[in-house]
Formats: sequence, C-alpha cells, structure tokens
Amino acid sequence: MAMDNEIKMNPYLPYPAVIDDIIVETEDGNLKTFRLVLEDEKDRENWNHTPGQFAMLSIAGKGEIPIGIASSPTEKGSLLFTVNRAGVVTTALHKMNKGDPIGVRGPLGNGFPVDSELRGKNIVIIAGGFAFTTLRATLIYMLEHRDRYGKITVIYGARTPGMLLYKEELKAWQSRGDLDVHITVDREAPGWDGLVGFVPSIAGQVRPSPENAAALICGPPIMIKFTMPPLEEAGWKDSQVYLSLENRMKCGIGICGHCNVGPVYVCKDGPVFTREEVQKLPVEF
Amino acid sequence: MSSVNEKIAGKIRSIASSLLESGEVAAFLGYTTGSLPGMMQPYVARDAKEAENLSWSSFCVINLANYLPALLKSFEPPRRPNEPPPEGPLPKVGVVATGCWSRNMVVQIQENQIDRNRVVIVGISSRGMVDRRKVQRFVGNREILSMEEQANFLVVKGKDFEEKINRWDVVRDNCKTCTHPDPVIYDELVGGLSGKRDIPDRFRQVDEIEALDIEERWKWFQEEISSCIRCYACRNVCPLCYCPTCFVDDSRPQWVGKSIDRVDTALFHILRAYHCAGRCTDCGSCESVCPMGIRMRLFTKKLQKDVLELYGFEPGLDVETPLPLSTYKVDDPEDFIITNIKKGDKK
Amino acid sequence: MKPLVVEKAQAEKWLEELCRVFDVFCPVKVKGDLYQWGRLGKKGLPRIPEGVPKTTIKTFFFPQPEVLFEFGARPGLKDAFRLKEPVCEKRPRLLFGVRPCDARSVVLNSMPYEEDPYFQKNRDETTMVGFLCKDGCSTCFCTWTGGSPLGMEGMDLAVVELEDGALFLEPITEKGLGLLEFDFFREPTEEEEVFVKGLREKVNKDAEETSSRLRSKGLMDLYNAPFWQEVSDACINCGTCTFLCPTCYCFDIQDETLRGKGRRIRYWDSCMFPLFTQHASGHNPRGDKLKRVRNRFMHKLKYFPDRFGPVSCVGCGRCVRDCPVNIDIRQVLARMLEV
Repeated sequence: MAMDNEIKMNPYLPYPAVIDDIIVETEDGNLKTFRLVLEDEKDRENWNHTPGQFAMLSIAGKGEIPIGIASSPTEKGSLLFTVNRAGVVTTALHKMNKGDPIGVRGPLGNGFPVDSELRGKNIVIIAGGFAFTTLRATLIYMLEHRDRYGKITVIYGARTPGMLLYKEELKAWQSRGDLDVHITVDREAPGWDGLVGFVPSIAGQVRPSPENAAALICGPPIMIKFTMPPLEEAGWKDSQVYLSLENRMKCGIGICGHCNVGPVYVCKDGPVFTREEVQKLPVEF
Repeated sequence: MSSVNEKIAGKIRSIASSLLESGEVAAFLGYTTGSLPGMMQPYVARDAKEAENLSWSSFCVINLANYLPALLKSFEPPRRPNEPPPEGPLPKVGVVATGCWSRNMVVQIQENQIDRNRVVIVGISSRGMVDRRKVQRFVGNREILSMEEQANFLVVKGKDFEEKINRWDVVRDNCKTCTHPDPVIYDELVGGLSGKRDIPDRFRQVDEIEALDIEERWKWFQEEISSCIRCYACRNVCPLCYCPTCFVDDSRPQWVGKSIDRVDTALFHILRAYHCAGRCTDCGSCESVCPMGIRMRLFTKKLQKDVLELYGFEPGLDVETPLPLSTYKVDDPEDFIITNIKKGDKK
Repeated sequence: MKPLVVEKAQAEKWLEELCRVFDVFCPVKVKGDLYQWGRLGKKGLPRIPEGVPKTTIKTFFFPQPEVLFEFGARPGLKDAFRLKEPVCEKRPRLLFGVRPCDARSVVLNSMPYEEDPYFQKNRDETTMVGFLCKDGCSTCFCTWTGGSPLGMEGMDLAVVELEDGALFLEPITEKGLGLLEFDFFREPTEEEEVFVKGLREKVNKDAEETSSRLRSKGLMDLYNAPFWQEVSDACINCGTCTFLCPTCYCFDIQDETLRGKGRRIRYWDSCMFPLFTQHASGHNPRGDKLKRVRNRFMHKLKYFPDRFGPVSCVGCGRCVRDCPVNIDIRQVLARMLEV
C-alpha cells in the first residue's frame, strides 16, 4: 500500500516492537537489558546498524528516550538496550514486562567506524559504569570479524562487582586467548579477586601502545578526563581516541536543536567523535 | 535627555564609579541607553570605566531587583546546592532602586534571596516610568524614530510628524496609582524624596473588572490572555519568580501542557498571579515586557487589593513585618474554610 | 514569467475567487496596533501594513503544536505504534501579504527541515503571495542578512503595490502562475514596468556579504568573545525572541494522553529555557544564562552559516522591537563581525 510506504519514510514514526526478554544487570536493579523484537518481518529484515549507533525507544503516552544499541548487528533477530533508570521514560520502561509493546525509532547517529578507520588496527576499549553498552556491541562485532582487527584490549570498570554489566560474557571474554581483558572495581569487595582501582589508573598500568591503534572510550566525563593523561603519556594522539557524547535529544535527526554542541548535532553528526574533533568544540556536553 | 534625568544619571555614574574604584562593590547594576527610542537596557558595570555607560530616563521599566540574586551569586565561589556559603564577607553589588524596586528588595531579603549586607542601594524617587505602548497609541500607527524627554513632556518624532506629549499622560498605569515612589531602603540617595502619595481610586481598574458578572469576567480574562505566546517574559522579569524549576517547566510530574492550549495558558497566568499574592509591589515589569500587550498586571493587582483588604498588608514596606501568606496567625481570616456544611446541603 | 496587473476593484473580485479554493490568511489587526497572521475576514482587499506583523508565518509550516501521530494509550495495547498520521481534510492555504523577509524565512527553515515530512507537506500545501517592500521600518535590516526589500525568495507570486492601488503581479512558481488563471488581469503599461524597475534599482546592492564574513571567523574566537557577558547581563532568558523569530525552529516532542487515546505532539521550544538542554541526571551543558543567550546568536550567525551557508536571520527586526531588555541583534552581529 502506498500509504504504508509513505509512513516508513516518516522519520518520527517508530517501528512497533515487543519486549522479548528483560535481564536485570546490576545489584541495585537500576540497570536492565531489554531484548526487543521488531514486530514486522520486513522491519526486521531492513534493520541494519553500526556499533555505536543509538535508537529512540518509545513508550506510548510517556515519550521517547535515546538509548545506545547494546547488541551487535551480527546478532540478528533482536535488539538489546541496556537502560539506566533516570527519567520519566526510563522509569516507565523499567516497570514494563515481557510481551509489552514498545516503539523503536532508528538506528540513529554515526556509530564507530568499525568498517573503515578501525579496520586493521589494534583496538583498546575503555569503559566505565553503564556506558559499556555500545562498546559491548562493538566488541561482539569485532570478535565476529576477529581477523579484521589486531590486538584487542578491554579495560572495563564499575563501582562494585555487582554493578558490572554482562557478567557472564565478561567471564567468557576473559578466558579467550585472542583478547586482553582487564576488569576492575573501585574498591575491594568480598568475593572479588580481580583488579581493584579506578579505570584511569588501570589504563595507566596496562599502558596500551598507541602504535597502529585506536582507543574507544565511554564513561562518565570524570573518568574520560583522568584516562587521557596516562594515554597521552604513552604517546596517544587525540585523533586516535574515539568518544561517544551524550546530550539531551528529541528528534534524533538533527533538527530540533536540543543536542547541539556548537555547530555539531550529537544525534546526527555523532554520537561518536574523535577527541580531536571534540577539542575543537565548545564544552557544551 | 531632560536635565532632571541628566542630573540623576550623572550622580549614578559618580556614585557607581567611586564604589567600583574603591573596591566597595564588585559590580554596579543600573541602566544604559538602549538602541531604540524609548528603550533602556539593564546594565552591569564592573569597573569605573564601564560606569560611564550608566544612564537614567523615564523608560527604566524593568525592576532591577530581578537581576540581584543571580548577580550576587556570580561573585560567590562555586558550591554544590546544599553546601553552606563560605565563611567571611562576600563581594558586594551596587544597585539603583526606585520605590517598588526597593520594596521588592525588601521582599527578597525577607525570603532569603539576597543579603542586605551585600547590596549597596542607591535610591531614587521615581517620577513614574513611561509606557511605550501608550506613546505608540498616542501617535497612531506611525513609526517612532526618536523620543526626546523634557521635564514634563516627551517630544516624539517620526518620518513626517512631531508630537509633544504630556509625560504624565503616557506614564504606566501602575506608576500612576503608585503610593510609594520613594525607596524604602537605601544607602545613598540621588535627588530628593517625594513622600507618600495618596491615590483614592488606586484599584479602579480592578473595581471595574470586579463589577462585571462572572461570565463576563471570565470572558475578559480569556480574551486578555488569548494572544499569549508562552514566552514567559512576564515570569522571567519578575523579582518574585525565582523557583529553580517553575511549575510550568517541570516534567516530573508535568503540571501544565507546554504548548498554547487555552486551558494551559489560563492555568499559567492564574498560578503565576497567585504565586505573587502578598509579595507583588505592582512594579509593572510583567506588563511592560509582554510582547503581546497582555495586561497581566491586573491579575496581580486584584490580589494586591485582596491582600490589603484581608490582611491590611502591603508588601515590601519594611523588613520586620512578615509576609501574611507565609505566616500563620490565630486571627487570620479563614472565611474560605466552611465548617457548617451538613450532608446534602448545597452551598 | 510575464508580469500582469490587476486594478484595485478587480483585485477584490480576484481575492474572492481565491477564497473559493483556498483558506486565505493575511495580517489581521487584533488589539490596538497589533497585527497578527489570521484568517482573511471582511470582504475586500486587506490592507497590508508596512513592515512585518507581530507574529510570523512559521506557524503555518511549523504549527504550535503539531500532531505527529496518534496512538492508543491503553497499557498493553499491541498496536500502540501502528496508528498512522492523523488524517484531516484541509483546504490548500494561501498566505496573502507576506513580506520578503518572512517569505525568505521559509526557504531558510527548509534547509534543516529538508527531511521533515510534516514541514515539507505544509510547504507543499501553502501558496505564498508576497508583497514587496517600498518603505521599510527603522528596525528592518534584511539587506544585512542576504535578503532584500524586493526579494522574492520563497514566494509563489510577488506583488508590488502601484501608486493608484493597482497591483503589479509577478508569478514566480507554477503555483503562483495558477493564481492568475482568471480574466481580471491586463498587461502592465510601460510606465508601470519602469516604476517597478526603478524600485529594484534603488535597493542597496553593496550590502556586505555577512554570512561569508561570519563563516571565515574562528568558531572558538566568536564563542569566547568577551562581549557575551554584557549581552547576558541584560538578558532575562525569556522566549520572546525565539517565539517571534521567523527562523527559530527548535521544538520539543511530547506525548499527551486523554481517556485511552494518545497523541505525540511537537511544540515550539526555546534554547533560552534552562531545561532545554538538561539531562535526566540533572547535568546541564548550558546551565547558565550566558551560554544560552550565546547559543541563540551563535546558532543563527555562526553554526547555521557553517552548516548551510546563509545566516539564520532574515532581518525582520521583530526581536529588535520586542526584546524586553533591548538586546539588539544588529549590535550583536556588528560585534561578532569585529572579532
């Protein structure tokens, strides 16, 4: 039907989807991963995203919220979103159940250049807290295409062991031979025999080589700020460091004006920028 | 500029520059001449040289008290929301104040928005500020290209006209019914004081609306606000509106729709007016800044009248008398509490 | 396309004919000296006031509010997002008496809204009859921003009022040509052609290319310029400038529900409001007044030109006239050009 076609062109209209599964990720219950399945087969077939992109999750009557896509495009059939309970929409989402309807609008934004600049490089993934989500998507993608990348190093930290995301997968990654994984928590905790310390200091200890390498960093602004000096000391340049910005967004397609950082729209031109690009912008994120 | 204003402006400049020069104040808040005829711009001088830009006229329609809390805060070291202010004296700010502005400063002191010890108030008795819209109406739709102020006249010029207007004819309604043109608190005084004015029919505009029946009154209210664009200039210019998040902006929960639905707009104006009850000094800034010419001052004026009749209170006259709507007294009027209703009774 | 002329008496009949096909809007006097865009009321030719009306025509392209789609809001409703765009039978719209600055604003807004189906649909359904300016107001500055009092950008039909009340009509688009398919018109006389040509020649053509000068300035040099402090000192962070501006187009999206039915609407928002940028965490990238007022001017005069070319300002002067604290964009622009 022509009408149907027209509707799909409308970038404001979400795809109907259903919650297929809900996983409580953290001990405080504030982080849950939602597995969503687009209802229409055609939508499922047409869906294609790049790790690092995000989507607008829509709850009828509550509104929309931009959430990074936590699943890799290689994980076909469903989409994962790890959501922190913070505002009106995310609180409503946290109250929803398996089988509930939801809308998905996307994929939006640029994503990490996994098939261009990052190819053939040694990759260093640095994440703190729940900002690990799109980096999980990236890592899964890279492991699926392991031969396209050099050495892969992962440094990931949370406040406590119970606040770590994707715990089962972390274990699996740690036992892989083709991956250098460093999981850390802020303070000593009962039953924890892994690394202890903030992400920046672990990054300083690991001291990844900048040679033919790229670093993808996601985390709270304070973590990013303190992670940079040890990297710089190891010889890293701003152009090798990829960051993902977060700003309040509404339309997701570079019109509504909420997310601009200088002339740049985080939703459309980002959310992924090199640190070199970010340094040229006003600090409005 | 009239010689009266020129004299006042000169004094403001010299007081401001000596306060800034001596380091007594970190900034001085006043007015500078605007880019359009009949417009003045609120201005902050941060050194003696900038103080030369200060000016004065009959077009200073914005209550400078509105800027004070944020300006004072800008000179405090940054701190978290619940952190107490640092020990020791903080930098002071100088400010020009007419009767109503100074009364709003009194309210701000009572409501802990400003610290009296941190403001140096330069008082000026107000001669009444001019309503640009009245001047515009006086010359019809013709575009005004210059407005020259003489002692009691305005000379208004356009491309092909020149009119001499009696100043008092175009003074704002709130200024015409003002009973306290003199500053109530000040550290320095510019010019003389003119004393309390007796205005027998100061609530005439309110009386006229009260005389309408309820349907007509509602219709009047609806029509008055029909052109509202929800720009919130009336709220933002008001020295009483300082909530960190206004109820109209709040989204958790959302009290009011954010577009221009009539019900939402009415709710905004009614609640805004009620929030000002017993605190509003009828400074008229809200009405002066409204781009759509809404006379929202009449809403607050009605509440001003009610508070005067119910509590015998006028806000901002002295720091010691507590605000009636934020205090409880045993003999407060409580006619609104209906205690003798029986089941089945209709009021 | 060849111009035609309609005599005053015939023009009224022409407008009557147009009213049969279109919903016709024009500047309407509402309160005292206040003109707003409204439905053409009385019969006869409306008087188009010199300069611009208080409100802008953006409301026809970017309604306040606009329904994006409707949905069933009952919890658990499977097809919550299956409902389509609201269908409402609308007659095509005709805007009569658009000044060149306002007509141009639609062209400028179309740049960021290129892929916005609602805006583009509204544009398709609207025909603009522009009235060129012979006299401007003292607050007009269209020539500073790349426009002209006789500019025809965005119009479908351009009108010059002749001395005797007759209208000189120049069709610009097919839509505009369609408005002239009646018998009310005659060819212009040589005198009339000369008169209109004369007006064109009077327009100041040596206006400086503001946008290219702004584009050549360093982003952070403008951002860090000291004069923003003074602009911010006076600003009360209201939305007057943004809501009256024809080229301010920011919006917010929200769901509204009533008795099991819901709709997603977008409504005008303003970068001057503190919550505009506030994150759910409470963090606010533009938490203070200076950053907000600077963003508005930087967006219009630097970010937009960097992205699209022209400045996002048509020089209509509404903000100059109605800013409660007299922040004058012409002065801000001049100071930016000095950086």
